[in-house]
Amino acid sequence: MSKPKKVITIGGGVAGTEVSSLLAELGYDVTLIEKNSQTGGKLNGWSHLFPTGRPAAQVAEFLQHKVQRNSFKTICQTDVSQVVFGNGSFLVKTSGDERLPADAVVISTGFDIFDATRKEEYGYSVYENVITSVDLENRLKAGAPITTAAGNKPCRIAFIHCVGSRDEKCGNHHCSKVCCVTGVKQATELAKQLPQAEIFCFYMDLRMFGLPYESMYREAQEKYNIQFIRGRLSEAAENADGTLQIKAEDTLSGRPLKMQVDLVVLLVGMVPGKNTAHMADLFELQREPNGFLQTEDPHLFKNRSSRKGVFLAGTCTGPMTVDETLDHARSAALDIHHYLQNK
Amino acid sequence: METPLFTYPFSIGLMFIVSFLLVVTCIWLAALSKSDRKLILKKIPGPASLKAIGETFMEALLHRKIFRKNPVLGYMHTSLAFGWFLLIVVGHLEAAVHYHTFSFPLWKSIFFRYAEPAPATGFAGHFFATSMDFLLLLILSGVGLAYYKRFNSRAFGMKKTTQLKVGDRIALTALWLIFPLRLIAEGVSAGLHRNGSFLTQPTGNLLAAILPLPLLEKPVWWAYSCALGVFFVAMPVSRYMHIPVEVLLIFLRRYGVRSQKHVNGYTRVQVFSCSRCGICLDSCQMNHANIRNTQSVYVLKQIRGRRLSDEQLFNCLLCGRCQKDCPVGIDLNDIRITQRIESTAEYNSTYDYLKNGPSPQADVVYFAGCMTHLTPSIKKSMQKLLNYAQVNYWFMDEHKAPCCGRPLIQAGQLEAAQKLIANNRDKIMQSGARTLVVSCPICYKVFSEDYKLPNVRVMHHAEYLLELVNQGLLPVHNSPKRVVYHDPCELGRGSGIYDQPRQLLGQYVELITMKHEKEDAFCCGGSLSNIKISMQERDRIRDHVLEEFQQYRPDQVVTACPLCKKTFTKGTEVEVRDLAEIVWESVSQQIIAAQPPVKQLEPEEVPS
Repeated sequence: MSKPKKVITIGGGVAGTEVSSLLAELGYDVTLIEKNSQTGGKLNGWSHLFPTGRPAAQVAEFLQHKVQRNSFKTICQTDVSQVVFGNGSFLVKTSGDERLPADAVVISTGFDIFDATRKEEYGYSVYENVITSVDLENRLKAGAPITTAAGNKPCRIAFIHCVGSRDEKCGNHHCSKVCCVTGVKQATELAKQLPQAEIFCFYMDLRMFGLPYESMYREAQEKYNIQFIRGRLSEAAENADGTLQIKAEDTLSGRPLKMQVDLVVLLVGMVPGKNTAHMADLFELQREPNGFLQTEDPHLFKNRSSRKGVFLAGTCTGPMTVDETLDHARSAALDIHHYLQNK
Repeated sequence: METPLFTYPFSIGLMFIVSFLLVVTCIWLAALSKSDRKLILKKIPGPASLKAIGETFMEALLHRKIFRKNPVLGYMHTSLAFGWFLLIVVGHLEAAVHYHTFSFPLWKSIFFRYAEPAPATGFAGHFFATSMDFLLLLILSGVGLAYYKRFNSRAFGMKKTTQLKVGDRIALTALWLIFPLRLIAEGVSAGLHRNGSFLTQPTGNLLAAILPLPLLEKPVWWAYSCALGVFFVAMPVSRYMHIPVEVLLIFLRRYGVRSQKHVNGYTRVQVFSCSRCGICLDSCQMNHANIRNTQSVYVLKQIRGRRLSDEQLFNCLLCGRCQKDCPVGIDLNDIRITQRIESTAEYNSTYDYLKNGPSPQADVVYFAGCMTHLTPSIKKSMQKLLNYAQVNYWFMDEHKAPCCGRPLIQAGQLEAAQKLIANNRDKIMQSGARTLVVSCPICYKVFSEDYKLPNVRVMHHAEYLLELVNQGLLPVHNSPKRVVYHDPCELGRGSGIYDQPRQLLGQYVELITMKHEKEDAFCCGGSLSNIKISMQERDRIRDHVLEEFQQYRPDQVVTACPLCKKTFTKGTEVEVRDLAEIVWESVSQQIIAAQPPVKQLEPEEVPS
């Protein structure tokens, strides 16, 4: 290999940093374009990861070490503004007016968090004591005690599953997959922090797909006395004292249910990122009906986009856990390596 | 002269249609309620009859409403309807003048040029002959346009045109043939007897030059008479029933007969008054979702043929856009709701669990409505505003109250709805309140039309907040925000409230005028009345509306309906707000601005 082939990675979250590190290690000339001021993506905001309870910072640090070891060029606070298609190559223009040639491109623009204000009946940004799982995770990471808006210890907390997922009215048919276990994880964390609090989880289905998840769910019920109620929330209303009245149907007992709680946590789902949509336009890629990027083959080529030379890594293709994202990024690196070797 | 044989098809057809119309009119009138019949008898001698005659002239003959929609389309209808009407009237006068009496056989006026082959004499004779030719020319120009419209409806401002069925085709063909055949028949007679005028005589001369006229005279008059006869006989099974029935509709409406929540004679009259002009097709937003068989014209047709499917009946937003465009003024929404009530099995819950305790006494009852509970920032804004204005109000459905009942009525569940209505009515009447404020146009419609709340003003919050502003109870402040205002269907077309929301908004923001607003406003697509449409189809309807908003680049989209707000929010990045939120946002900012600055505490002073 006389001159290393060039790869551009767009999006420097978990998938983007991992695929870039691996390709750099394999000797490619990698440039990572990140829109934020630092890489690491949403992982930087997470407190602890399921199922191990390991601090997210440890995983982030590990990934960051790899980045530093395999020094490659990272351009932060930059967007991709234009793409010119060559014969088997690309010319990527950035918002910083750089023109970067590439033999292959990796798109790892990730997901966006469902905007809970779109589900106005749940009262997010209307009522102070309605927060999202992301808000809760950020607060847990900051290490501050979890309180109501008035600063009191919450006595009753309700977790609401499937906010913006599997919801035709929001236009999202897909399951975001990670929120069920996130709910179990966060409920358990709160139960540990607030042993006196009553915690309820309102769910449609609980999808405990990972090997240890089922035991987490069991432990949440048996050890932490978290109550799981099968029923979707219809609406939340605020009482004069700032507590919330929530209405749902307990579909196992077949009765409508009303409950007074101090804090409501909305387990918000994953939606295709705005940047992902933007990349789909720039690179003229096919998207699934739910908006995530389409892979060339759902069994065999899960890292290839509908355009030759453009590879996909991570949650731009659909909801994934952090672990799955890392796997997907690694398989992307290998796929790109093969592609560039045979080019 | 003996009655020629060729006049029989015409005479038989005419007798048939006249007796048919008499019989169905009697059946329809018998199917009205007793009070409706009394009303009609009482009003017949009054000014309502004169007004009805005037309206018949303006709408059934001159077609003023169609003129407004498109002048060419209007001319086509006027030339045919008014022209034909005058042709009959002037033809009769011509015969009456000629025979110096009004008692002559009817065929003699219809087939006057055959009955009286002698050329016109004197001023009156020439005047009539010229007039009759002029009227025939007028009608023929309309027929020509009608031919052209069949092939190119866009030239008439219509994107779509209705599909014809067998009865329609027969009647249409007959109608298209009547006047050209009349021209030929009169032309042939003119060629033989020189009794034509400026149109028929040249036609006759031309025909005489190329055809053996004596052989043709009888056959062409036969053909003309047959065309008339076929048209009359086909009329009951075609859309042309609207011509006589529309007149009946105009009279009944002027006498004060209104649509009821069950099918009656008036419903039948309205159904048969539909001319299937297809103007309603263009205004229907279901087209945006590619749904093309549920529009009002098709539903009326199926009701008439008693072949209506649930799919067609329920796949409608009840937005009322077709109704405001209907040149005949048929109550399309009410007919559809009535039909839903008639065709749905009553779900009929007892609602035993609805028990009313004593209502608190208040000046104003506030009813947010189910949809407002799903958009809590509207509810919250209203509460804050009512508190700020120190209104003595009772929030009736804050914790527990049944639905207003309108969605049930729209779904055809009238009996169930009436139970909810009775329950809510008791609560409101017990409170002693004189004003009922609602936040949802769907509730507003049913409270003001079906609740019968004596001495209680029903007001949408747009009206009520405007009243509070006008009384000086809410401060105003104009911000430079540019907004578009979306008229909710039930508030706008449904209840005629267009100005109050705009006046209120004008106090707080800069309002942009849109192309489709007020009566022409689109439906957001979220309507509860459609229980057949898919979410994706709704989204397509919504996106089409949002596209128009985008053209005006507004800072905010403002509406007065929680359902519209919910629907739009899901489809756009632009902020969507209810009027109440706009007002509260401004009022709360003014409150903050008016407060004296709070002394900043030093960090060490902050109580831990």
